[in-house]
Amino acid sequence: MASWNPRAEEMPLDEMRRLQFKLVKSLIYRLYSFNDFYRRRMKEHQVHPDDIRTLEDVAKLPFMYKNDLRDGYPDRIFTAERNELVRYHVSSGTTGKPTVVGYTERDIENWSESLARGFSSCGLGRGDVIQVSYGYGLFTGGLGAHYGAERVGATVLPTSVGNTERQIELMQDLHVTAIACTPSYLLHMGEVAEKMGVSIKNDTELRIGFLGAEPWSEQMRSRIEDWLGIRAYDIYGTSELSGPMFTECAEQRGVHIWGDLALVEVVDPATGEVLAPGEQGELTITMLQKEALPMVRYRIGDLTAIEESPCACGRTHPRINRIQGRVDDMLIVRGINVFPSQVEHALLEIPQVGRHFQIVVDRKGALDSMLVRVEVSEEAFSDKITELMVIKKVVEHRLRSSLNVGVDVELVEPGTLPRFEGKSKKVVDRRSL
Amino acid sequence: MEKSYIIKQISIFSENRPGRLAAIAGALREAKINIFAFSIAEADGFGVVRALVDRPEDAHRTLTDLGFRVSFTDVIGVKMRDEPGGLSDIASILGDAGINIEYAYAYSGKDAAVLILRVDQAEDAVQKILGRGGELLKASLFR
Repeated sequence: MASWNPRAEEMPLDEMRRLQFKLVKSLIYRLYSFNDFYRRRMKEHQVHPDDIRTLEDVAKLPFMYKNDLRDGYPDRIFTAERNELVRYHVSSGTTGKPTVVGYTERDIENWSESLARGFSSCGLGRGDVIQVSYGYGLFTGGLGAHYGAERVGATVLPTSVGNTERQIELMQDLHVTAIACTPSYLLHMGEVAEKMGVSIKNDTELRIGFLGAEPWSEQMRSRIEDWLGIRAYDIYGTSELSGPMFTECAEQRGVHIWGDLALVEVVDPATGEVLAPGEQGELTITMLQKEALPMVRYRIGDLTAIEESPCACGRTHPRINRIQGRVDDMLIVRGINVFPSQVEHALLEIPQVGRHFQIVVDRKGALDSMLVRVEVSEEAFSDKITELMVIKKVVEHRLRSSLNVGVDVELVEPGTLPRFEGKSKKVVDRRSL
Repeated sequence: MEKSYIIKQISIFSENRPGRLAAIAGALREAKINIFAFSIAEADGFGVVRALVDRPEDAHRTLTDLGFRVSFTDVIGVKMRDEPGGLSDIASILGDAGINIEYAYAYSGKDAAVLILRVDQAEDAVQKILGRGGELLKASLFR
């Protein structure tokens, strides 16, 4: 597929590296000069912007972590003035406190540009109708995909998540040709469609899917493509990068990370040492052009490897392989990131139940389900079933509002939940991708 | 006076899976505690086992030590004639007296049948039942 921005997308590698060096150097000088957080971090790490003399010297810079955003809540590490911001998105943090990301006009511009390149590399353009079935709102997915698709001239149908039968009717009636959603939601749509007597393959014009926000596999891709009669492309991003930001091209050989927007490294999760292309480790990204919230060597926590061999599509930018897992215990449930520590934190504030818990994640049909097993506290134990049911509802409600994802709660007998066995027993993930 | 008819029932939280009743009953057997009557109330994935036993305090301690979540609940036991109409007589008394039943279960013993009731105002209920000629179990049976 033709490039959206050929000058950028087909830039010779050496030119790209020179550009990256220039961008990273000016970014680091700007941060060091104008921002306390970054200057302090660099000083602690005994590194000065002058020490960055080559692109490889980026490895001398300290890492950033999700906790840095939480500690800087809500906007203490932003590098733009409040009145320069045109948008916020908010995602759940690792504990009770959310993380906020801010965007200047240019940040939104670059985000849309990045997705416009990705979408068009898969053949999306004018004349297409794309149904955006990612959540709209504080979550980055809906609005991110929306702006990128408008940029390439596609018609956007902003269905957001839920009301699946209606989504399928609209898909037919409005001649939808592309969809952006989680892979599991698309499978769910396929199942609901069949119950309605609709075959997505034969009765709709759907031909492209941009699927992400949760892990999936090549087997899932084959199943989706064969069953629904579409081409399914991986889309990648996190709110700290902006949101869904990068996609595969029509070759389906990994997600292109636009080098003029982001510098990608893969590091050893234990030592932080930079790994060579092809070696699997933790994805680490420096956002080269973000104004409101530049992330420098941000440890995303996803395990992957960089693929630098030339892509048959002609785009020169490096790719990352399919995400192989997490370095931490983060779960992704229906596209939403969930840390067990968030559950722990929420339970501490509910006196009716104990602090021990177990999370059981499963896939019922195509959709994820999350069960949290808790113990009723001694004080709250009542002989009345109705009161116990109220406790269950209270915990479900509290967890739902702090995790942003629906949760079933099961009350269990005291002493039956894992105590000291560590993380492995606290989370049981029965999903197979 | 009314208090002497208020019986301590033990209520035990139980997951709804095979073997849980056996675990509770086995523990009471070990402690040589006799069960007069019991019932199981079930909900979504869990239940509450309610029992009248001869030594409620010992039962509470035994089960708590084994890790069960146990509580005492005040109930009353109304004696019924063990023949047709026995329940009807008692139910009429309760209905006429405006006593609302949260839950109830019954057993039929050597002397009489007994209806065990969990009501909101236990002392008030005792007074009304006695006032209408009803007969209640003494709490002293359960020590």
